[in-house]
Amino acid sequence: MELTGAQILMEILKEEGVDTIFGFPGGAVIDLYDELIRSELRHILVRHEQGAVHAADGYARASGKVGVCLVTSGPGATNTVTGIATAYMDSIPMVIVTGQVSAHLIGNDAFQEVDIVGITRPCTKHNYLVNRVQDLARTLKEAFFIARSGRPGPVLVDIPKNLGLAKTDYQPIPPVSIKSYNPTYLPNMKQIRKALALLKTAKRPVIFGGGGVILSKASQELSTLAHALRIPVTTSLMGLGAFPGSDPLWLGMLGMHGTYRANMAISNCDLLIAVGVRFDDRVTGKTDCFADQAKIVHIDIDPTSIRKNIPVAVPVVGDCRQSLIALNRMITEEGLVASDEQRQEWLDQVLLWRKQHKLAYEQTAEVIKPQYVIEKLYKLTRGEAIITTEVGQNQMWSAQFYHFDRPQQFLTSGGLGTMGFGLPAAIGAQVAYPEQTVVDIAGDGSIQMNIQEMATAVQYKLPVKVVILNNRCLGMVRQWQQLFYDKRYAHTLFEHAPDFVKLAEAFGAHGLRATRPDEVEATLARGLAIKGPVIMDFVVESEECVYPMVPAGKPITDMLLV
Amino acid sequence: MKRIMKSEKHTLTMLVDNEPGVLSRVVGLFSGRGFNIDSLCVAETMDPKVSRITIVTQANQPLLEQIEKQLRKLINVIKLRDMSDDSSVRREMALICVQARPENRDEILRLVNLFRAKVIDVASNCYTIEASGDEDKMKALIGLLRPMGIKKIARTGTVALFREPKRGI
Ligand SMILES: Cc1ncc(C[n+]2csc(CCOP(=O)(O)OP(=O)(O)O)c2C)c(N)n1
Repeated sequence: MELTGAQILMEILKEEGVDTIFGFPGGAVIDLYDELIRSELRHILVRHEQGAVHAADGYARASGKVGVCLVTSGPGATNTVTGIATAYMDSIPMVIVTGQVSAHLIGNDAFQEVDIVGITRPCTKHNYLVNRVQDLARTLKEAFFIARSGRPGPVLVDIPKNLGLAKTDYQPIPPVSIKSYNPTYLPNMKQIRKALALLKTAKRPVIFGGGGVILSKASQELSTLAHALRIPVTTSLMGLGAFPGSDPLWLGMLGMHGTYRANMAISNCDLLIAVGVRFDDRVTGKTDCFADQAKIVHIDIDPTSIRKNIPVAVPVVGDCRQSLIALNRMITEEGLVASDEQRQEWLDQVLLWRKQHKLAYEQTAEVIKPQYVIEKLYKLTRGEAIITTEVGQNQMWSAQFYHFDRPQQFLTSGGLGTMGFGLPAAIGAQVAYPEQTVVDIAGDGSIQMNIQEMATAVQYKLPVKVVILNNRCLGMVRQWQQLFYDKRYAHTLFEHAPDFVKLAEAFGAHGLRATRPDEVEATLARGLAIKGPVIMDFVVESEECVYPMVPAGKPITDMLLV
Repeated sequence: MKRIMKSEKHTLTMLVDNEPGVLSRVVGLFSGRGFNIDSLCVAETMDPKVSRITIVTQANQPLLEQIEKQLRKLINVIKLRDMSDDSSVRREMALICVQARPENRDEILRLVNLFRAKVIDVASNCYTIEASGDEDKMKALIGLLRPMGIKKIARTGTVALFREPKRGI
């Protein structure tokens, strides 16, 4: 069958099960767009290419499918870089299609030419410049295969303009395999046996889950393990939702802004089962002191994650889900159970830590506390909303005060910490789940980074709710300056801000504001009830800090507490 | 748990897809992650679709493990091997332009013979020598020629091959 490059792109997207893409047109992709409007694919026209990538990312995080975007060459392509790096750090499966100048012009500094393959080499799982239309189908298939297999990640495919209308004989591509790319899914049973042996003798075990548990859909298996042997569970920011936040074995998040009991449990455990994590410095604090009484079992599909930051006793390379299935099966076969007395002692200790220092804040009658807004939001949404966040205090308070019971419910830029992620990501999640409540918990700083996407939400009737915790400053940086720089607030206080209510209205959305604590609940209730997109501006205490806090580079037991 | 780990030289060779940008992926990995490169060699193999890259790096054991894993993770790296020990042969090559004053000429030619090198160009006051060998040999030759005045030098990185089994030897 003779097809053009543009037709081949649509064909492959269909074959790969893509129904929605996020994008922004331009000269280099005009032929692709011309074909797109003739296809059945849904296209969401964003207002900035960064928004397209974050939206595709939010779509992927919420649904587990590959997120796809389409942008033009040059500035269109460079605008995607932050979004790509964000997805790369958090291992989100995405395919980014960029237009490129026509093949004969490449290298000439042609109009809107940029070497996007060169630029994104270190922040994609893999990337391609397609030279010939004959290679397009195969390349696109490989891109999807690489994006979703193994440790997932973004893959960029750069398509020169002249390929759009170039014709070639198209034959459906058989399932892709790549000689030099063979992720290990099934764990080595010897390693699983070693892990089991450690579980048999452990007195104070802890499970530490990460984003990998969510990506490999291993939450069920993680719970099975925890409950079978009554092991308390903590997760990284990326792992929130991998274990129910309402479960009695839940320790809360660990790390820089982790709970007291999670950080204490990690520091006192004798066995740490780490699943789908990469021991980020925001988690470990000073690495020498991290879990220094524990033998560590580390399960991850990416061998480079293992022993990168932390030495481990039992490395297990494999898919988290497959590895936990194998471990759970062995536990059942051997009839392993936790000795009640011993385990009770450990769980009592954890409970004691919990009582000693709870996550806390004080809500007075005059000023709204940001944590209070999130607690009320949790209540009013019955803990069921899909929550996205921006970056900073808003993100940490969301992690602490909204409790996540299911995976793919909390979407946040963990690795890169990208301000401006939350709103477009919420749009993507809303596209994936039109019926669910999707809320972006935002700071007044971050929301201004991709606020233009409100227009996208309005145009496509995506009823995302933006909750701004408006502290009139770049709160998290201000917090560091308060605690470690003698309150020298170098350029973190906004002397001017937009009126977010009017701004919402200007976009054609609804705007609401609350300035007093007694208005919080009603404002949230009203906002959540509105059928369209809403910005809710909560004027909150500006000097509030996120606690506990472990100063960067300190052991995670060195917590500043409220 | 903590052991003091010695940083040592390692020769890593890999077979990679012979495609544009692949070298940049490998080199970018080293610079981006702060790994060090002592030397680098690249050329096509017998299969025109495959190139061989040889990199000499300095690393302690855990770092070497990380470098190898990161390289294997690159989609275009087909195969990687540490060729640092006796199971491999390693060679490098140099072109050395050395001052050839009348009183030195005999000594230079003696060294050239001793090191199985060759004089490949003779000018009025200097010789250009072609030499190859393992790292120690090259170091020794350069050390001996230096006092006579090395005007210019061009060195390759190390190339290496795994020794094939010697059945019945
Ligand atoms: C794109 C980007 N630029 C800068 C930063 C550094 N940064 C981290 S948190 C933060 C403050 C964010 O302020 P705001 O969005 O108002 O949130 P708050 O901390 O007040 O909740 C900044 C500037 C970042 N994470 N991302």
